[in-house]
Amino acid sequence: MDTRTAEELHPPHQTSWLEFAKAHFRDYGMLLSLLAIMLFFQVVTDGTLLRPLNLTNLVLQNSYIVIMALGMLLVIVAGHIDLSVGSIVGFVGGLAAVMMVRYGIDPVTTTIACLIVGGLIGAAQGYWVAYFKVPSFIVTLAGMLVFKGLTLALLGGMSVGPFPVVFQRLSSGFIPDVFGGEGFNYTSLFLGLASVAALIYFSIRSRANQLKHNVETAPFGLFAFKNALLAVLVTAFCYQLATYRGLPNVLVIMAVLIALYAFVTNRTTIGRRIYALGGNEKAAKLSGIKTERLTFLTFVNMGVLAGLAGLIFAARLNTATPKAGLGFELDVIAAVFIGGASATGGVGKVTGAVIGAFVMGVMNNGMSILGIGIDYQQVIKGLVLLAAVSLDVYNRKK
Amino acid sequence: MNAILEMRGITKTFPGVKALDNVNITVKAGEIHALVGENGAGKSTLMKVLSGVYPHGSYSGQIVYEGQERRFKGIADSEQVGIIIIHQELALVPLLSIAENIFLGNERATYGVIDWSAAFARTKELLKMVGLGESPETLVTNIGVGKQQLVEIAKALSKKVKLLILDEPTASLNEKDSDALLNLLLQFKAQGISSILISHKLNEISKVADSITVLRDGSTVETLDCRAETISEDRIIRGMVGRTMADRYPKRESRVGETIFQVEDWTAYHPLHSNIQVVKNVNLHMRRGEIVGIAGLMGAGRTEFAMSLFGKSYGQNISGRVRLRGKEIDVSTVEKAVSNGIAYATEDRKTYGLVLEEDIRKNITLANLAGVSKNLVIDDIQELAVANDYRARMRIRSSNVFQEAVNLSGGNQQKVVLSKWLFSNPEILILDEPTRGIDVGAKYEIYTIINGLADAGKSVLMISSEMPELLGMCDRIYVMNEGSIVAEFESAEASQEKIMHAIVKSGRR
Repeated sequence: MDTRTAEELHPPHQTSWLEFAKAHFRDYGMLLSLLAIMLFFQVVTDGTLLRPLNLTNLVLQNSYIVIMALGMLLVIVAGHIDLSVGSIVGFVGGLAAVMMVRYGIDPVTTTIACLIVGGLIGAAQGYWVAYFKVPSFIVTLAGMLVFKGLTLALLGGMSVGPFPVVFQRLSSGFIPDVFGGEGFNYTSLFLGLASVAALIYFSIRSRANQLKHNVETAPFGLFAFKNALLAVLVTAFCYQLATYRGLPNVLVIMAVLIALYAFVTNRTTIGRRIYALGGNEKAAKLSGIKTERLTFLTFVNMGVLAGLAGLIFAARLNTATPKAGLGFELDVIAAVFIGGASATGGVGKVTGAVIGAFVMGVMNNGMSILGIGIDYQQVIKGLVLLAAVSLDVYNRKK
Repeated sequence: MNAILEMRGITKTFPGVKALDNVNITVKAGEIHALVGENGAGKSTLMKVLSGVYPHGSYSGQIVYEGQERRFKGIADSEQVGIIIIHQELALVPLLSIAENIFLGNERATYGVIDWSAAFARTKELLKMVGLGESPETLVTNIGVGKQQLVEIAKALSKKVKLLILDEPTASLNEKDSDALLNLLLQFKAQGISSILISHKLNEISKVADSITVLRDGSTVETLDCRAETISEDRIIRGMVGRTMADRYPKRESRVGETIFQVEDWTAYHPLHSNIQVVKNVNLHMRRGEIVGIAGLMGAGRTEFAMSLFGKSYGQNISGRVRLRGKEIDVSTVEKAVSNGIAYATEDRKTYGLVLEEDIRKNITLANLAGVSKNLVIDDIQELAVANDYRARMRIRSSNVFQEAVNLSGGNQQKVVLSKWLFSNPEILILDEPTRGIDVGAKYEIYTIINGLADAGKSVLMISSEMPELLGMCDRIYVMNEGSIVAEFESAEASQEKIMHAIVKSGRR
């Protein structure tokens, strides 16, 4: 049989920094771009960008986009698109307002009901896409119109608010400081340090496993540098926030969701199957994967997340308006594509989508501080989207 | 009579394979020249060289056409001088009209504005020449395959054809349409148009051909002149298959056990046309440790049978029973078929077998993720161990298991597909064209793997269009034609001639 030695079968990996960086350009390129953009705005805004107050705002302004980008990533990886999320944000926000303000229903019941409604909307759309094979572009375009109209009808064309204080906390609350620090939120810093510790623990464990099984790994220097950089960034970020009012509630929700979705896409069978479905639906089906049900579920998931985003957005404005959510779908889809997802499905990462969302967010924020009008902001964002995706396509061709 | 075309010493290599080896063919002016050979003998490659699909420089040898040496850089060059090829898969746009299709890319236009009345008038003339009584405005999708074939020919005529090449033109036609088409070729001959006819249907060839060139394994075997003497089908078959089969297949000590798998009265209909029966009352059985072949021509319904059996992945109104160890099992979904111990490796690896942009590891575990996960969470380490194990056992040549499937050679891709199905731990493996598009060395490795499976007590159902492969590998061979099993041979008694005869005989009914 096989006469070759183990050495031949598993050639040892001695990758140089440069080779490795080249091979993994796509993984790191996006993060470096985000850092470069942040650095640029930090300089041109004379340091305003990273001030604690602005940093907090940055998180609050982008949370709902990031949360929806998680769901949109799955939809796009599965080979579909969802244009209706902006309208669902508006509709669910409106529904929450009507339930709490007009009917006096308590916030907890309202929140749960709204998330269920989001899921049902996703299910209604996913049903046509998955089982009737109507293109998702058409189904969700219809959904976009339907729910925009229903929001108007629900709110009677008026803004409804304000909300109970408990509900507002969803968006405007901060993690309370159990140590009672004056002007400095120790809890936030400790939470930040704890997550840094967890990040480092998991990456060391995974590297140890990779080494044990002779898998190609990043050179140790790069590995250490990457983790140290990440640790410094997260700690600095939490420290800055701690000097203001601490970690916003919404940041915690967002971080938990990001971690959850990263785990689901990387480590679970359902995540793996979604990638296979988007990569080659026929092969996935012939491998025993229930492709229809999986497609359906990605839309249900998208609906729930859009519902959550609707609640957060409404809570942030403290009022539900018929115009809420207008155009959000474009920001969300742009974030996922900037983050390296493929329009044909099968390719994309949670971390990429989150970074993409922050690229858009930092540009919005930075340009607003600089006083660039909404007109040219859109022009610049459009060009950045085109540039990011062209670069990605170019890289993949090489 | 002088020659319109002479191809001299054509050699064409692909990485790892010599597809054509010093092929010579001479087509005389105004004759119908048949080109025969088994699947993979190099007929299509030769025609692609001729039509410029493989441009000058990518092959060695000389093409002399109408007395001049030609160096075609693309199809446009060969069409320019009147060489028109009609491929087996028709190149028509279904939702355009007949006239639009005929002039597609060659529109009757001045400054980009199409003169529709001229186009329609010309289309009518052309349709009359091929004997098609349809309006030029009819959409191609609304006419049958036979008529579509005629539209293709009309399209060729619109380009002032001198040498018409038809690749399996009657493969999907019924007898009446086939006859009409062959008569048309005879008419063209009378008008001085030469044709090259590639066909598996030897009775048609005996009927119309003036000379026959036989290709085998990429070389010219012989050229037979039908005008000098009558050439029998037996004579052609002998030329096609007469090769020695020394050591192309690894030896196996066959240990066949009890009957384990039975398919009874399996019937399936076309997925779109519910009145066309594609699989007709198929009955077969397999024993433990047995390799069973299904021989047949392309389009015989073998893949359709296998896919309809595997979780109803093809067709509609599927009926019949499947028994494993005598007990009827449910194969109505892929998931159920897999959990009942059936695996199906497709003939088209890239479209149906692999997720090309994913790595070897992920492709291997795709059909049995439960085998590497606990509570829906994938155990990376276990998955890696499984992938490395299969990579070593199947000798998948790659730098590691993280290499994307798209970057592997055909043979290694096939090994990944086989690994995927072996990891699902089946008892019955259906392998559809397991060595298609794979070079000779890798073929031997795949054969060794298949033999290993049979030795381990699995039953393998092997679908192949290469008869020597079936004869070299199988214990028993079923012959399928037009959706039915038409013959069954123990391999000791089987021969290519017998199989060909069974197919030809059943096709005449």
